[in-house]
Amino acid sequence: MFKKKSKLEQGIPTASLPDIIFLLLFFFMVTTVIKKTQGIPLITPAAYQTKKIESKRHLAYIWADEKGTITVDDKLVSMTNLSQISKIIRERLDEDNRLIVSLKIDKAAKMGLVTDIQEQLRDAYAVRVSYATRFKGGGG
Amino acid sequence: MLLEKKKKRSSEIPTSSMADIAFLLLIFFLVTTTMDMDKGIPMVLPERGGEVKINPKNIAKIIVNASGDVLFDGKPIEEDIQLRELLETRLMERGYSEGKPKLIVSIKTDRETEYDRYITILDLVKEAGATKISIAEPDK
Repeated sequence: MFKKKSKLEQGIPTASLPDIIFLLLFFFMVTTVIKKTQGIPLITPAAYQTKKIESKRHLAYIWADEKGTITVDDKLVSMTNLSQISKIIRERLDEDNRLIVSLKIDKAAKMGLVTDIQEQLRDAYAVRVSYATRFKGGGG
Repeated sequence: MLLEKKKKRSSEIPTSSMADIAFLLLIFFLVTTTMDMDKGIPMVLPERGGEVKINPKNIAKIIVNASGDVLFDGKPIEEDIQLRELLETRLMERGYSEGKPKLIVSIKTDRETEYDRYITILDLVKEAGATKISIAEPDK
């Protein structure tokens, strides 16, 4: 009788292991976003107080380089028609009132340009901004 | 007899290594997945209108000129570390009564000031522990 009991199989069933692994694999394949960010080439300044922005969903992007090329959510805005900025941002803000505007500005840009953009944002009542920066110092 | 032996050969695809192959792929995707986090210095721009009178004692003025020189409460600052120390003492004096910081740090720049310099100063101010930061418009 005792002998019969010991004959019970004790191994973990591994037959379904590939299925589980494939499931995980598909999950990662689907969630991986291979997105080539295009934009104006620029270098953001570095700062110690760089913080991560919690949600990507509530973000609008404004890019600007030192020559005055400005894009708002990948749309080019000319220097002479800056009011475009507040128009686009206000539309975004209507859809999502938790909007944060990420200002990706080249470190060589002048404050005059930054102020002009900020004024446009104030016109659009988009007061929550984030200056895109890199982590300063060792490590990331 | 010989023929029978041949027939007994297994004609199935070996699936024992399937898990290993799937694992390999899984690890590949795990490694190549980059979570592109947006990061930056969060700021809240002043809303239009609504000027509030503030006791001048509760304001620390930082002025940055076009070449990046800093004036703190009318005194020129030679090194950035000095600014942080001065700001920290100001914050100790006038801040944190009942846990609430009273001191407002106002940063004013010139239109020709470099954006990088502005971020450096803003970073310093944030590092010193100031929570109330105001951005003043540059004079036109």
